[in-house]
Amino acid sequence: MFNHLLSLLIWLPIVGAVPVLLAGTARPMLARSLALLVTVVTFVASLWLLHYDPSGSVMQFGETHVWIATWGVHFTLAVDGISVALILMTTFVGILVIGGAWKVIQNRPHQYMACMLLLEGLLIGVFCATDALVFYAFFEAVLIPMYILIGMWGGPRRVYATLKLFIYTFTGSVFMLIALLYLYQKAHTFDLATLAALPLTMKEQTWLFFGFLIAFAIKVPMVPVHTWLPDAHVEAPTGGSVWLAAVMLKIGTYGMIRFILPITPDAGAHFAWLIIVLSLVAIVYIGYVALVQEDMKKLVAYSSVAHMGFVTLGIFMAFMLVRESGNVEMASLGMQGAMVQMISHGFVSGAMFTCIGVMYDRTHTRQIKDYGGVINMMPWFGFFYVLFAMANSGLPGTSGFVGEFMVILASFSASPWIALFCAFTLIIGAGYTLWLVKRVLWGPVTTEHVKHMSPLNARETWVLIGFAVAVLAIGVWPQPLVHLMDGSVAHLVQQLAVHKI
Amino acid sequence: MPTLNDILILLPEIYLVAAVCLILLLDAFMTPEQRPQLHWISIVVLLVAIYLVIAGQPNQTVTAFNDMFVRDRVAEILKVFALGMTATVFVYARPYLIDRKLLGGEFYTLMIFAVLGVMVLVSAGNLVTVYLGLALLSLPSYALVALNRDAKLPPEAAIKYFVLSALAAGMLLYGMSMVYGASGMGGTPTLDLAQLHNVMSYTTAPKLLLLGLIFMLVGIGFELGVAPFHMWLPDVYHGAPTPVTTFIGAVSKLAAFGLAWRLLEGSMGDLSRYWQPMLAALATASLVIGNLVAIVQTNFKRMMAYSTISHMGYVLLGLSAATPEGYAAGLFYVICYTIMATAAFGVMLALTRAGFECEEITDFKGLNQKAPWLAFLMLLTMFSLAGVPPFFGFWAKVLVLESAIHANMLWLAIVGIVAAFIGLYYYLYVIKVMYFDDAEEGAVVEVKSDISLRVVLSVNALALLALGLYWGPLLGWCQRAFGV
Repeated sequence: MFNHLLSLLIWLPIVGAVPVLLAGTARPMLARSLALLVTVVTFVASLWLLHYDPSGSVMQFGETHVWIATWGVHFTLAVDGISVALILMTTFVGILVIGGAWKVIQNRPHQYMACMLLLEGLLIGVFCATDALVFYAFFEAVLIPMYILIGMWGGPRRVYATLKLFIYTFTGSVFMLIALLYLYQKAHTFDLATLAALPLTMKEQTWLFFGFLIAFAIKVPMVPVHTWLPDAHVEAPTGGSVWLAAVMLKIGTYGMIRFILPITPDAGAHFAWLIIVLSLVAIVYIGYVALVQEDMKKLVAYSSVAHMGFVTLGIFMAFMLVRESGNVEMASLGMQGAMVQMISHGFVSGAMFTCIGVMYDRTHTRQIKDYGGVINMMPWFGFFYVLFAMANSGLPGTSGFVGEFMVILASFSASPWIALFCAFTLIIGAGYTLWLVKRVLWGPVTTEHVKHMSPLNARETWVLIGFAVAVLAIGVWPQPLVHLMDGSVAHLVQQLAVHKI
Repeated sequence: MPTLNDILILLPEIYLVAAVCLILLLDAFMTPEQRPQLHWISIVVLLVAIYLVIAGQPNQTVTAFNDMFVRDRVAEILKVFALGMTATVFVYARPYLIDRKLLGGEFYTLMIFAVLGVMVLVSAGNLVTVYLGLALLSLPSYALVALNRDAKLPPEAAIKYFVLSALAAGMLLYGMSMVYGASGMGGTPTLDLAQLHNVMSYTTAPKLLLLGLIFMLVGIGFELGVAPFHMWLPDVYHGAPTPVTTFIGAVSKLAAFGLAWRLLEGSMGDLSRYWQPMLAALATASLVIGNLVAIVQTNFKRMMAYSTISHMGYVLLGLSAATPEGYAAGLFYVICYTIMATAAFGVMLALTRAGFECEEITDFKGLNQKAPWLAFLMLLTMFSLAGVPPFFGFWAKVLVLESAIHANMLWLAIVGIVAAFIGLYYYLYVIKVMYFDDAEEGAVVEVKSDISLRVVLSVNALALLALGLYWGPLLGWCQRAFGV
């Protein structure tokens, strides 16, 4: 069982997509139930990952299958604490997404559900792969179901949005492919551990660094290559938005810690200032951009860019702390914060998009001006919405606070200026989120749209409870999560200090 | 004096000549009701030929008729895929031919003659055999393009094909004559590829030799359809009946790869420092022109023509590395392309009916609603052509890019990669039309009920996924052929 757990987690949803697809247009209920069953089984199976021993070796549950012998490509999978956390988040969100789309998707639900399952399996694959080529294959293949998802069930400008998403991200990743092929020339393997130990000159590292950076920065997305995200989010169906925000953005930052940190540490340290500046721009400037949005989904999309700025900031600040002041403890804290922020943002943004989806299903508009006084019609929904809004603005007691606080704390020892700018987010974040809540929830019912809104049904309530439990659990008691990732973060920070020249 | 051994080495080819003559006779004596049986007979003939090729394959390279004919592993692979793909084309073509009342002996005999040309060409050990094979491939192809002689486009396409192809063949012959002359400067002149290879390095007329090389490259470039020798491709693809387009798009490309490899590596391997940059330039031009022009096409066949141009650019990426690994990658790519192109045209053929060609991209509108399985097969093919993992097309691209980097042509690999994401757009556009657009009011989508077509097409397209997940054995086969 333990020898093939990761393979099982990857292939279960992917193979599960076949019977869902075969259920056909004629039997939508069967397709839905099968999809739910597959996600639940995957989630239960992924709970075995909690046997991960944080004090043991870094990579666990490893498995190796010879894939292409003549080329030295092995289908190797293994997880560290960070991957375990991300996989658990993925499988958990997987159930909620299926639940959220239950009755909403009426047009070819079997194909929609199959796309969802495919996406889940491929994303788990990204988090498990320890062979660069396998990682790349999963990383790119994720685009296929996403392309279909947005293009088929999206809004009016869906074709533009989905083509933009595909071409943007594909363009970035092909540079990574060149970088990988270059590394293969030197090492004759795609094994990440071997590549991490490969000595490289500064010139090589710089080229490789930018090759990787383009690929991952577009996925995260970082300023200035974030413009695909608002379009994709606005046009995507709710489920697509949740996957996009909750998990797909994370594969960008996850790629950074798997590739940039171990393979090009010297170039990373040299260009850390660039990433830090871009992250701060994302945090402050994009925060302001979010403030003026009139479309709810766009607002949350921009706030996602700002929050992911924290993650990239936390990761690259660690370079500064380790290389310049030798402050390993603070570097670990910042990195740890970035990782917690990744998980937290997954749940919070997923929840925010689900909430917007719930309202959209009733009114078919996402414009803030069409709302007002929703709390009068949907009191329980208001409760959840406020909770997630608070988490989004980083209120203590919710998951949003933990990661941001750790990153800000660490940034203070790097430079008070960085801390100043990034603490700014607490104000801007509160600004745009609370103002959104004020305009949507509070006040009297003024528009026709809101008058006809019905209260939450049982299915929606359960989905939102699922998100709420995760958000509160991480916010109130982050210790298990931090403990899970502790050893892996320490290992990452160690790698930062290694000079490879 | 030919020995029995010579005959045994040529057995698959001799068998095919005999079989095709038999089909000709059968065609003459059959009643019109019996004539459709030729379809199955032809397929069986091809399958037996595949068996003869594989079963009779000697362990080492052997030659026959004073080294005129070479039977090695590379030829074996190319022949197997050429015969297999021709059989697939037969399966796809049947409903099309029935609808247009073209089902008869001509189609089958001409195509088998053409594939015989491919077999001779890829086994050529002598400049004369090269030309013989090429002519045997080309002449039936011209006739095949004009098969539907009463329609407007096919004769026009056939004339274009014939004139341009004759010009290119003339260039090739002219180049060969110069190479022959140059080889005589240092000793006895020779037409034998292996002997040419030996005298190349100390010939006393390098300028004449290089001029010959350039002329030969023009001929090779034309057969491959790489820019700037690509102008015939879109017109011929567009004008030819779709089954013939499939044949030219798939099987002829295998032959062109064989031609390029035999002439460049077989006779001029030591001069690779001269032809390498030329191939790289041709590759760059094809990758850029093919992908850019494909974007603006509205006709699916023309789009596929420009897509072929760009894919042949990738094949050149592998060839220009001039290493066994590079050749293996090029062979792997050309096989991959053949399978992809056949699948794409197969879906088209499954949707054509009498009076309706299904050749505009807009004809695929809303296909997912009408025929989800066919749309899914096309989706696999398009993602594979675009080079998105985990499909077969992606790994083929990775291999040629790797061989280019290995040959210290990082810039060429970057050109290839940039071309890949320019090309992405038009493949995604086809998927967009099939999946995101609604079918037009009143549009009839009629899927061929021909069971053999449906089964073979499904296998063909699913092979792109299966080989994408497990491409090791095929790569191993290609690499062993080049002794990697």
